[in-house]
This record gives sequence, C-alpha cells and structure tokens, in this order.
Amino acid sequence: MNVVVCGKVIPASTVTIELDGNTKRMIRKGVPHELDPMAASAVEEGLRLTEKLGGAVTLVTMGTSDATIGIRNALAMGVTSAIHVLDDTVAGSDTLATAKLLAAAIKKLEFDLVICATEAGDSYAGIVHGQIAQLLGIPPLTFAREITVDGNKIAIKRQSEAGFDVVQSTLPALVACASGINEPRYPQLKGIMAAKKKEIKVMTAADLGVPADQVGEKGAREKVLTIGRPPKREAGKMVTDEGEGGKQIADFLAEIKVI
Amino acid sequence: MAETIWVYAEVSDDRITTTSLEMLAKASEVGKAEAILLGPAPDDAAQTLAKHGASKVYRCADAVYRDYLTLPAAESVAGLIAQYKPAVLLCASSYSGRDLIANLSARLDCGAITDVGDFELTDGSVVATIPALGASYQNTSTLVHSGTKLLVVRPKSFEPKINEQPLAVEEVPAAAGDALRKVHMKERVVVKREGPSLEGAKVVVSGGRGLKGEEQFAILRELAELMGGAVGASRAAVDAGWVPYAMQIGQTGKTVKPDIYFALGISGAVQHLSGMKTSKYIITINKDAEAPIFQYSDFGVVGDLFKVVPQLIEELKKRKSS
Repeated sequence: MNVVVCGKVIPASTVTIELDGNTKRMIRKGVPHELDPMAASAVEEGLRLTEKLGGAVTLVTMGTSDATIGIRNALAMGVTSAIHVLDDTVAGSDTLATAKLLAAAIKKLEFDLVICATEAGDSYAGIVHGQIAQLLGIPPLTFAREITVDGNKIAIKRQSEAGFDVVQSTLPALVACASGINEPRYPQLKGIMAAKKKEIKVMTAADLGVPADQVGEKGAREKVLTIGRPPKREAGKMVTDEGEGGKQIADFLAEIKVI
Repeated sequence: MAETIWVYAEVSDDRITTTSLEMLAKASEVGKAEAILLGPAPDDAAQTLAKHGASKVYRCADAVYRDYLTLPAAESVAGLIAQYKPAVLLCASSYSGRDLIANLSARLDCGAITDVGDFELTDGSVVATIPALGASYQNTSTLVHSGTKLLVVRPKSFEPKINEQPLAVEEVPAAAGDALRKVHMKERVVVKREGPSLEGAKVVVSGGRGLKGEEQFAILRELAELMGGAVGASRAAVDAGWVPYAMQIGQTGKTVKPDIYFALGISGAVQHLSGMKTSKYIITINKDAEAPIFQYSDFGVVGDLFKVVPQLIEELKKRKSS
C-alpha cells in the first residue's frame, strides 16, 4: 500500500509566531523550523501502516527552503522520498491555492491513501485536507484518532462532540489525523544517515501544471486586508504563593462577588 | 435590499446547536437570515431556527445526511447555492462544518475564510475579523471571487437572540447517487462524561501538562463541584491520555466562555488560548512565572497547584459554611 503524507514544516514550537506588517504573512525568515508535530503524527501513521502492509510513504510538502530540515526529519523517520513544492510565486497562497498545489503533486504519485494532519500547528485553518480530497475526488475521513486498513477497506475512529464515530470507506481515500493519534518516533542514527541519500524532488507550480493565476497572492481567493492586535486585556494581579495562594484566590473570588 | 445569509444548522444531542443559533443572530443583524437543515432532527428543529431569525428553512430529513458524511451535504448545499446564490454561507467551526466548507470551497473554486469571529457585509463583499494565532492578532480578510462567500465561524462569537419569524420550510430533495455514499458513519460511540457540560458552564476548571497524570484531575473535579462548574483540559493533557478528548478546550477542541476560567498547570499555548481567551475572569496557577497564560490572567498565582488548589478548596468550604 502506498501512502502519501501531506504535512507542513513550521516555525519551531519555541518561536512566537509574528506577522509581517507589509506582506501580512507569517515571518518565517531567520526563524528555526521543524516538522510540524501534527505532520510528524501523520508520517508516523503512514509508517505504521506500510510497515504492516508493505509499500512506501512519500512526503509532500510546500514551503520555503527552510522546510528542508523538516523534510530531512521525515525521511530520517523512515519516509522513502519527498516532493517539496518550492516556488517563490506560491508565497501568499490561501488554503485553496495550497490544496491545488498539493493535490497536483499527489497526482504525480501512485497512492492508495493520503494522510494529512487535521490542521497545521502554525495557521490552524483545518480545511486544506478536505479541499485536497475534493480536488483528488477521493473520500475524506477526518478527525481520525485511529486508522485501520483491511484490503481496500479503511475505517477510522473519528472524534465527535460526544465521543467518537466509527467511519468507513474504501481506498483510495484521504485521512486527516487528529492530534494525539500517536507518539511520533524519533529518528535513529541509521535513519538519519539513510535520509541523506533519499531523494527530495523540488517542484514548482509550473512543474505541477498549476496555472500561475491559481497560486500565490494572485490566485488566492482569501485576501488578508489588515493585521492588528486585539484590545489588550487589562493587566491582572499576579502573586507568588508563599503559603497563602489558595486563600488569595478565594479573596479574589469574593472581590468579584462569585462567592 | 437585504442580502441573504445562510446558516448551515447542525443538530447535536438531539437539538439545534447553540452555534447555529449564534450564527442566525448575526445573520439576521446583517441581512436576511435563512437556514439549511439536513438529516434527521427533532420535530421542533425548524421552528427553533425560525424563532431565532431564520425567515426560511431549507429542509431535507433524509437519513443519507446522517449516515454518510460530508459528500451528500456538500452536493445538496452546492445545488442550493447555484440555485439561490446567497451572499454568504456560514458554517460552524465544528467537525461537519469544517468538512463541509472544505469540500464546497474546492468544489465551487471559491476559497473560504476560517476561524471567523465577526464579519461585515457590504454589497456582497465580506470583511471578516479573525482572531488569528490564538487571538494574539486580530486580522481582517475578504474573499475576492464574486459568488457566495463561505465563512467558518468560531463558536461563542455571537449571542443567540429570539427573533421570531413565520415558519417557512422549503423541502429540498435528498442527495442521491452512490458516489455520495462514500464516507459511511457506521456507529456513534458516546463516551460518558461526568458533571455539567463544558459549553454552557459558568465556571470551568481546566488542567494541563502540570497535572502530571490522570489521578490528579480529582482535585480539579472537587474544585469544579464546589464552584458548580465543569472540568476541562488542555491538549497536552488529552494527548497524554489522562482525560478524554471531549474535555479538550482550544483550537482543536471546545471553545468556552465562562464567567470564571481556572487554568491550572496550563502554560497558555496558542492552541489553548483560542478556546478560552474570551472568558470573563481567568484565574491561573502555574509554577513558571514566565508562562504566557499569566498575560491573560486576571489573577495569577505562581506556585505549586498541588498546594494552592487544596488550600483554595478548604477556603471555599470554610467560607461556604460560615
């Protein structure tokens, strides 16, 4: 079974993401990057499935040259090869333009299953996977907390408000993993060495056959008009517990008249 | 002439979701509100929508919408959009809402704006306010294509309002065809939860990574019970398997807006903040004085929650009895 994992490389979790006032985009330059932990979980699912059922995992990602570090990480985890959509003209793409590029890259591959994260850990839009599924014409199975493949049948446990739903479909399909679906493995030395020889295929929008007017700022249907800061919350009180912390909270509750 | 704004209504726990009613309140304020209601629903569901501002309800009760996810609903809604061309379609930032908008935005090649906290509509052009990056930013966005604008709305962005309209139901034919019956909902499993529901609770007591384990949630439950509140959790605590997902508060979980929110052992990651930042009072206990959550707190205690919370519980009991 061949699996394509779509995932993002994002500013490291130690970074407070800021927006650029001019481009209105996230500041990525000079910021350390890592494989999005949610993408790492998608990679982990792909690896577990192919380890059991045979086949290969290919990573498809879109991003600047900063993404390379995260792609290498996925390759070191065990992904066979990667496609990196790297193209200055795609900067400023909205969710749909991104989905068009990723879907075009996936179409270049043979696959039975596409695995995505439900959302990326930087932007949290949470709809790109559904857009990809529609563009590829395959069923979307979303918010998965567990994936089971049996022949050409696939089932997931899908998060719900009340608990979870058992949702079934047939391959080829797309699954979007919920966070916490697994604990992604750490790359081992052997994997890290092997990753150096693995192929990262760099592709542009033109290579993928996606018209220039469909991508980047020009192709984006969503335009950011303004960026700003919300009104500040008034600074609250802060105390260090010196044995009276609980009482001080009770006093505060009394002050705001809830007790 | 008032522009038409559609609300994709959802049913959960056998009733129209609060977010559906919140969206109707906003839609009626901005234009002519109408609702779409697909799949089995309680008898008074359409009435509830009309009572909250829907001047028309597009309705199909067929079970295909319940038994097969996303595709039948997308097919029907896309058909309705082509026929009636509303200015805006609002969907909740829920499981089915997000899936529906994702599908429609690709199908109609029109894009969408997610995480919408508010919006304005002028001559068919929409300006949406988005509390971005865990609400550390407040941005505005628009959609540049000419058709119906698709917006995914954050729960608790608006107050539901009674705005009684005469009930007008337009029956919609059920989506048909095997191609739409691809994502089969085979079974719904309800995970039992204790205590009051998070969504409506006036007090929420949440724990995070600092709780260190499942058992320690007991003191949160005790505190919640004393305060008449519900227990929540950050993603870290849910991912660690200490508490069920139904308790998760944040971008990926529930959005809450209680009068009092206790953030205990929660650092305040962007993911969490966006689910609770609009709470009236935020009370924090954290060992790390540098934790971002303190910037959002009305009252913060730097200290060991395992010492502070029991003392608070004792104190509450004492003051209650006195």
